[in-house]
Formats: sequence, C-alpha cells, structure tokens
Amino acid sequence: MSNQRVSRRQFLNYTLTGVGGFMAAGMLMPMVRFAIDPVLTAKAGGDFISTGTSEDELSEEPLRVDFTFEQVDAWYTSDVTQTAWVFLDGDGGIVALNPTCKHLGCTVNWEGRESDPNRFFCPCHNGLYEKSGENVPGTPPTAPLDMFEARISDDGILELGQVVPNKIVEG
Amino acid sequence: MLNKIYDWVDERLDITPMWRDIADHEVPEHVNPAHHFSAFVYCFGGLTFFVTVIQILSGMFLTMYYVPDIENAWRSVYYLQNEVAFGVIVRGMHHWGASLVIVMLFLHTLRVFFTGAYKKPRELNWVVGVLIFFVMLGLGFTGYLLPWDMKALFATKVGIEIAASTPLIGEQIRTLLAGDANILGAQTLTRFFAIHVFFLPGALLGLMAAHFIMIRKQGISGPL
Repeated sequence: MSNQRVSRRQFLNYTLTGVGGFMAAGMLMPMVRFAIDPVLTAKAGGDFISTGTSEDELSEEPLRVDFTFEQVDAWYTSDVTQTAWVFLDGDGGIVALNPTCKHLGCTVNWEGRESDPNRFFCPCHNGLYEKSGENVPGTPPTAPLDMFEARISDDGILELGQVVPNKIVEG
Repeated sequence: MLNKIYDWVDERLDITPMWRDIADHEVPEHVNPAHHFSAFVYCFGGLTFFVTVIQILSGMFLTMYYVPDIENAWRSVYYLQNEVAFGVIVRGMHHWGASLVIVMLFLHTLRVFFTGAYKKPRELNWVVGVLIFFVMLGLGFTGYLLPWDMKALFATKVGIEIAASTPLIGEQIRTLLAGDANILGAQTLTRFFAIHVFFLPGALLGLMAAHFIMIRKQGISGPL
C-alpha cells in the first residue's frame, strides 16, 4: 500500500471511466466480433470434384478442362465453373495447372499469344509461363502457376481437388 | 502520452474552448438525480440519444451482411442472425432498440409537456422535437419491412393502405412509397432501404443537431 492519497475527484474519475469503458466495450464487442467474423471463420477443406473428362483424353499437351461445382457463398448458393490446364508429365503423373495469373489474378491461356508457342500467356500485362507453370523471367509474374490436386477415379475420370502451390517447378 | 497529443493539437487548433462548449456546462440542481431522485425524469432525453447511438452503430454493422433485394433479403437476415458470430445479439440490439427509442422519446415528450418546458422561449425546440418524433416513426416503419418476412410484408401492406387512404392524393402517395401502383415488391424494398439508411438518418442528424444547439443556447428550463 502506498501512502499516496486518492482524492474523491480522482476516485470518481477512475471508477466512472472504468464503468463507462466497461459498458461501452460491452456494447461494441458484439458488433466488432460480428464484423470480423469472416476473418475468424475456419475455411472448409474441399472434396475432389469429378470433371467428366476421361483419362484417355489427356496427353502431354495441356488440355483445357472446365469443371463445375456448387459454391456456397454465405446466403447465395450457385454453380461455379472453373478451368484447369491438364497434361501428363511423362512419368505417369497428372499436372493440373490453375490458370489464375500469379501477377494480379487474371486468367492465363495456353498459347494465348501467337508469338509465344508452348507457353501460357496472360493478356492483362503480358505475363508468360512455361508449360510446367514456371514464370518466365522478365515478365510480370513472380511465382509459378498454382496447381490443383489431381487424381483418376476408379472408372477413369479425372478428379480435381484443392489449389496447392506448384510442385513440379524446381526451386 | 495522451496529454502530449492533446497539447500538440490544442497548441495548433485551440480546441479547448470547443470542448468547453460541448461538455463543460452547468447542470442545475433540479435536474440532478443526485439531489432529488425524482429528477431522473430529466434523463429520458439523454437516454433517447443513447439508444439512437446504439441504433446507428448496430444498423451500420447490420448493413455489412444485409442485402435490400427481394431474392436475398430474408436469406441474408437469416444468415447474419444464425451463421455469423453475435449476429443474433447485433440484430437483437437493433430490433429491441427500435422499440426502446420510441418509448424513451415518448417519456421525454411527457416530461417536457408536464414540466411546461415547451413554453416561451422554447417553442421552436418543441417543434423540432416533434419532427424528430415523426422521423423516428418513419425509421420504424421503413425498417420494419427490411427483414422481408411475412410480418414485414403485411405490416407494410397495411401501412401503405393507410397512407393511400389520404384524400385526393392517396394513390400518388401509395406509388411514391411502394415504387409501383399495384405491387409491393422489389422497388418497395429498395426504396424503404434507401429511406431507412440514408434519407431519414440524414434528416435525424440535422434535427438532433438543431435540438441540442437550441438547448445549449437557451439552457435547461427552470424548476416547477
């Protein structure tokens, strides 16, 4: 205990500020928690989605595979179509690249510009990627294209899962 | 630290007199419940303001999730109430606060009436207060439709029918409110939303400013 006297004015200032702050916090806390809920909500892990593309159609040339799944966006549920560029890596593995450009999120296309054969091209800022998804130095992207987890179902149909970082590019 | 920031700003902008104008004023003995407990009736105006602040805050947060569209309004309300953390509390604050504001406003009006505080020179402040009351009723009426459930729909149908029974211009008022001569639907909901979150709150803030400036100018009315 200190010998410092607390004046009546100080005591009232502290208690009233404390009680007032507690009440204001009680009022604001639910609203702030309500507002930041999307940040704190755990992301649901996705299942593999059947694309309807048969294993036989795949080759070492990237094939555009569109697949549709049901997306639940809060109160709005809709069918969303996404695209993957799928090819065989020659060792029995399947590579399914996500065509979302790593620069600023536009959509890349295989051989999207005539002057760049065997490359993915992004029309927004002329980004280029090799077939493996590796970004071409000197163009805007700073990282290789992401890829979907891919597998073949028992009846030979390509299935795609989560988007993961590119595993086949060295480095 | 806080003192230093305050001094820094005060040195440049001389904010202390402004602060005095807003907060540093005399509270007469006859309105202070610490002296006479019955003076708590003088709190109703301040309580109305307090609940109004809660309404504005909770309403701002609700619009983070709410959509004023007939396809999605009900579903977004259902989502924010049942899926978002504290949604039921934030919506509950707005829901119950809406009724409480009317109750407090009414008690405040009774106090002013029975203490004769509306008399000269405060007649204009009474008029502004009555306008605030009408704006609050308008906020209650337009907000009632927004959840877009059956109760909201039929309450608004009834309200619009009452407005449409105005002599001579009833049909025009109906169309103006509902956005359509026959349908209570998509355009009604967007209209009511716009009125509820932009037009009436704007009017309310202006009227409240006038109300408070007049109180400060004229002081609190004397004891009975």
